Amino acid sequence: MIGFLIQRVLQALMVVIAMSIIVFLGVYAIGNPIDVMIDPASDQALREALIQRYGFDRPLFEQYFIFMNNMLHGDLGESFIYRLPVLSLILSRLPATLELALTAMLIATLLGIPLGLWAGYKPDSLSARAIMGFSVLGFSVPSFWVGLLLIMVFAVELGWLPSGGRGPTTEVLGMNLSITSLEGWSYILLPAFNLALFKLGLLIRLTRAGTVEVMSSDYVRFARAQGLSEGKVVGLHVLKNISIPIVTVFGLELGSTLAFAVVTETVFNWPGMGKLIIDSITVLDRPVMVAYLILVVFLFVMINLVVDLIYGQLDPRIRVKAAS
Amino acid sequence: MSDAVLRVNNLQTQFQTRAGVLKAVDGVSFEVARGRILGLVGESGSGKSVTGYSILGLIEAPGQVAGGEVLLNGKDITRLKGEAMRQVRGAQIAMVFQDPMMTLNPVLKIGTQMIAAVRAHDRVSRKVARARARDALAKVGIPSPEERLEAYPHQLSGGMRQRVAIAIALLHSPAVIIADEPTTALDVSIQGQILAEVRRLADETGTAFVWVTHDLAVVSSLADDICVMYAGRVVESGPAADVIGSPRHPYTAGLLASVPAEHEPGTKLPQVPGSTPSLANLPQGCAFAPRCAKAGPACTTTPPVQKFEDGRTALCHYPIEPVSCQPLSLTSTTYRSAS
Repeated sequence: MIGFLIQRVLQALMVVIAMSIIVFLGVYAIGNPIDVMIDPASDQALREALIQRYGFDRPLFEQYFIFMNNMLHGDLGESFIYRLPVLSLILSRLPATLELALTAMLIATLLGIPLGLWAGYKPDSLSARAIMGFSVLGFSVPSFWVGLLLIMVFAVELGWLPSGGRGPTTEVLGMNLSITSLEGWSYILLPAFNLALFKLGLLIRLTRAGTVEVMSSDYVRFARAQGLSEGKVVGLHVLKNISIPIVTVFGLELGSTLAFAVVTETVFNWPGMGKLIIDSITVLDRPVMVAYLILVVFLFVMINLVVDLIYGQLDPRIRVKAAS
Repeated sequence: MSDAVLRVNNLQTQFQTRAGVLKAVDGVSFEVARGRILGLVGESGSGKSVTGYSILGLIEAPGQVAGGEVLLNGKDITRLKGEAMRQVRGAQIAMVFQDPMMTLNPVLKIGTQMIAAVRAHDRVSRKVARARARDALAKVGIPSPEERLEAYPHQLSGGMRQRVAIAIALLHSPAVIIADEPTTALDVSIQGQILAEVRRLADETGTAFVWVTHDLAVVSSLADDICVMYAGRVVESGPAADVIGSPRHPYTAGLLASVPAEHEPGTKLPQVPGSTPSLANLPQGCAFAPRCAKAGPACTTTPPVQKFEDGRTALCHYPIEPVSCQPLSLTSTTYRSAS
């Protein structure tokens, strides 16, 4: 167990190092941040001073080592643009993205698994076909278009929900959240549903495929021969057996939603991390980019770690292999 | 045998396919009395497993039970639907499947599966259900049953898993257990142990067994009575010792002749020529006629059920005359009770 954790942390470190090198080289290749930062009309002396101040005059590898050294001391640097510590900049945006992503995953899971179970339980029924048709739409229609459509129908035509922004927030455990108030929910509902749509389609298909397979297994037949009710057969025997692929995809999707909810955040003007990274890329705000991506790596590693630990809980055969 | 707990009358199970209606089970009748073991014998595709599933109402589309009755303690259960049938399954009539590697859910503890099985029919607390599960495991000869409840199926051997499956079938002391080739996937010594255990359970608990198998040796040592099936029909039935000792249907005789135990090593083993006909394309009249050495002109018409004075039947125009010699045993051991 301890060995497994150490192995995971080392893997994460490798990824962080490789990723930071790539980002450093990439930003260097794109252009010089100094050109974006200062007025082209400003004089040479000011320009030189800034170059000196940010260390752009040094060789790239030296800049990289200075950055990494600072990072090891807990200092991720300061944004070129906002003139704020990168960490607090990102963390100030994190709660917005966190609650959006989690709400979206919640919607996708609470709808997707029951719908998928039903579609797999009665694969030939009309309702199952309708569900499968919907799932195809869910992950094939571009999300920005669905987002615009949702705004048009629910915000513009019907006027039920606001068209964008985050609405009022309350502070919970040092994070500003909008899901604590009813009005906050009215703001989060549309973007969360928009974000959930792709995952919903994916989870429906995944759950259905697993259910169809398990329903034809001998142990389901045996459970029925014991007189277990259909609810018990599905809830006890089927659900646990199909949960491994579901948990895997759930983890991957949660990670990518947290990191890359950019399109939805842009369409709904949601002040999350996705918008921050896009803005930073356009102005070559390197410290924000690198720090953000390190955070993303950290999130993915953590989520995958949790998923791996859940595997063992779900399937005892995996647990035994890990122990031996 | 008027005290039959299970009586199957003219059971018909059909599958709707593109090739037409397949009669997988075509007019099967038999009965089992309390504490008795009926061997349902046949080759692959003879309809013996489908008969078992039909009795429990576990035939899935496109198949259906098209006719006949299954009388459990005198009550027809083929017309029961949904919840009413669920209450019968597992409680009054249970089933054990062929492959013990597949019949237990790999991700649930034995205890979890057994507790669910207990609580499917009895509203008892988990604690009580667990105690009953433990007792059932002990009853089928599983050592340290308390620990086994905490085990997952992959931690048990095949024989042990099949004992667990039998224990689950026994949980509600059903009147009948249908066993679908439960020892086929096990090695011979484990098979012997399980057969002895089943015989003991039938005698002690009064549960009747329908033992579906293709293995005549198993049936000859275990069953009280035998039904031989061919192409969805019972072609011969009667007390096990009599059928084995003096088969009246040519098909049974052919099967018995091809059991290796009776032949000198090194000599060519006789076999029934040809293979089982496709259900989509059955010969007219007697389905066995094309493979039968005794076939005559009458065999193109459906053979009558010949009833003999000793309670035996054969579905044949030209049944073999009985021989009165001492019946041969196919195996050295027998699990049949003395009664």
